[in-house]
Amino acid sequence: MADTLYDKIWNQHLVKTIPEGPGVLYIDQHFIHEVSSPQAFRSLEERGQRVRRPDRTLAVADHNVPTWNQHLPIKEEMSRKQVALLEENCKKHGVMLYGLGHPLQGIVHVVGPETGITQPGMTIVCGDSHTSTHGAFGTIAFGIGTSEVEMVLASQCMMQYKPKQMRIRLDGKLPKGCTSKDVILFLLAKLTASGGTGHFIEYAGEAIQNMSMEERMTICNMSIELGARGGLIAPDETTFAYMKGRQFAPKGLAWDEKLRGWQTLFSDAEAQFDLEYQFDISNLSPRITFGTNPGQGIAIDQPIPKADQLNNETDAEQHQQALDYMDLRAGMSLSDFPLDEIFIGSCTNARIEDLRQVAQIWKGRKVDPNLRINLVPGSSQVAAQAEEEGLAAIFSAAGVQMRQAGCSACLGMNEDKVRKGAYCLSTSNRNFEGRQGPGARTFLASPMTAAASAITGKITDPRDWVRD
Amino acid sequence: MQAINKIKDTWVNLKIDQVDTDQIFPGEFLKISTKEGLGKYAFYDRRYDENGEPNSDFVLNQYEKMPQVLVAGKNFGSGSSREHAVWCLKDLGFSVIIAPSFADIFKNNAYNNGLLVIELPQSRVASLWGKPQDSIVSISLADQTVSTDSWKASFAINAYKKECLLKGLDDIDYLLNIASEIASWEKEKGGDDNLN
Repeated sequence: MADTLYDKIWNQHLVKTIPEGPGVLYIDQHFIHEVSSPQAFRSLEERGQRVRRPDRTLAVADHNVPTWNQHLPIKEEMSRKQVALLEENCKKHGVMLYGLGHPLQGIVHVVGPETGITQPGMTIVCGDSHTSTHGAFGTIAFGIGTSEVEMVLASQCMMQYKPKQMRIRLDGKLPKGCTSKDVILFLLAKLTASGGTGHFIEYAGEAIQNMSMEERMTICNMSIELGARGGLIAPDETTFAYMKGRQFAPKGLAWDEKLRGWQTLFSDAEAQFDLEYQFDISNLSPRITFGTNPGQGIAIDQPIPKADQLNNETDAEQHQQALDYMDLRAGMSLSDFPLDEIFIGSCTNARIEDLRQVAQIWKGRKVDPNLRINLVPGSSQVAAQAEEEGLAAIFSAAGVQMRQAGCSACLGMNEDKVRKGAYCLSTSNRNFEGRQGPGARTFLASPMTAAASAITGKITDPRDWVRD
Repeated sequence: MQAINKIKDTWVNLKIDQVDTDQIFPGEFLKISTKEGLGKYAFYDRRYDENGEPNSDFVLNQYEKMPQVLVAGKNFGSGSSREHAVWCLKDLGFSVIIAPSFADIFKNNAYNNGLLVIELPQSRVASLWGKPQDSIVSISLADQTVSTDSWKASFAINAYKKECLLKGLDDIDYLLNIASEIASWEKEKGGDDNLN
């Protein structure tokens, strides 16, 4: 029988199927963090249960941490207590924690892959919707709620219905000045923010094969923005080369054996999908969003569409609501639109490759001093590498001090928030109303677009700024 | 978990599509480490102005006693997986949400807390939005129907989830009961060396 990649991993982890009901899916790796776990630990204890597999659970502090002076006690009391509660719960249940000050601390979806904990063929969950990131390694990885966090802490299993399956083939070569962020923003504009609902997406094709692991992670990361349960990519030589030698990757004979298994992880030629799309990205332009959901995006050199160019009436109404919130007009161009803030960070775009792209544009230049710029590495390891490669020195010379690792201004819950009414160009994943802070107005774009715009203080097409 | 079956009440119209969980429960309040009493933070940035005064234009501020039913636009609950979005809606008094579609994680979170989410076609939702404010809607989970004074529609729900909601059962109890089966499966797979 011909199986998809998803089918193969699913079948390897199915403990049992409840007649007429869901499957019981075994979870190889459970990541937890301070925000979505406290209620789960409390409820677990109320049931008189312990964490079943602390060895398959890893905690990080990332959402609710400052990104400056992390060696000092957290100023805000509720945040300090929430992070302390995570420490307490981990200690009580024997769960490893990468807390503030730990050399491996960072955003959970950056830490898992870079340490080699995330491995092909795994099932991975976390109480965070961007868990889909790990799918870039050929895993079934998806975000869950707190009740489900408790479920996995208690049993190492999830009750799951198999989702529908979609394949998106991407052909062609990514043009200069474009990144995989532009690809996923393009897909979002094409398929909408609910185009993937009920589905798990496999990304395939020449363009995906030519992408680095960092680029693939950005694509899989934003699968959830399409409404999909997750996204995944078949592991290949690029994946194995990235994995080899990482701290928790298998070594020696164990590596050879694992590798043989990983090499069987692909969709069979005859495998059937519920829905298939194909796009050529050879003529892609850098993308930017203008609205309040990630599907409301355009090419950077195109005007904001008018209501009558949209599919239907409800979309038109939503379009107007979004433009009202953003204080923008249909038909206007965003090119050269003045900005107040720039955020370079998040689980979408704060890996070493993203920072290298920024440094390439900033080298020998100064950023606009009127902008407030938050540049936040995805993990402490990324920060250390940025220092080592001299990127941090380039940032500093350009006028920006790199901050410390965390989710930062992506989600408006820690100290880093975008000011009310301010326009922020952000490399993160969500432009929802108030997402980056009450009244904040977000434009989503790639790190290259963010870097070029940081120099000019206005929304800037990076194609003229990228050095060959 | 509390069982749910029949609900008969007025409802609140939330005529907005793509209501994401950041709007339902703004990030600032994720610092709260409990799940009780979160209703006061639901839709906070829409319900209150910058001085913390209620914004009388917003529909949730127009009720003294909150009806048990919320009727919203498509792709309700998109974005972040925060279960706080479900806890705060439950705490406000909602037992049922009707919309043309829901985001997947939100739907699971709702089921896990005994909050019934019902998908009806856009035309039915629009019909509810058009009715007078004192109209009554009747919901039967057992019969899988939604009825008003002028129409009755049936809705689909997964048979297993329906059973859990009707009986107030939760998945965790089930999984704890099969702990030994899970352990045998782990062993059968050859232990951790062969597992991922």
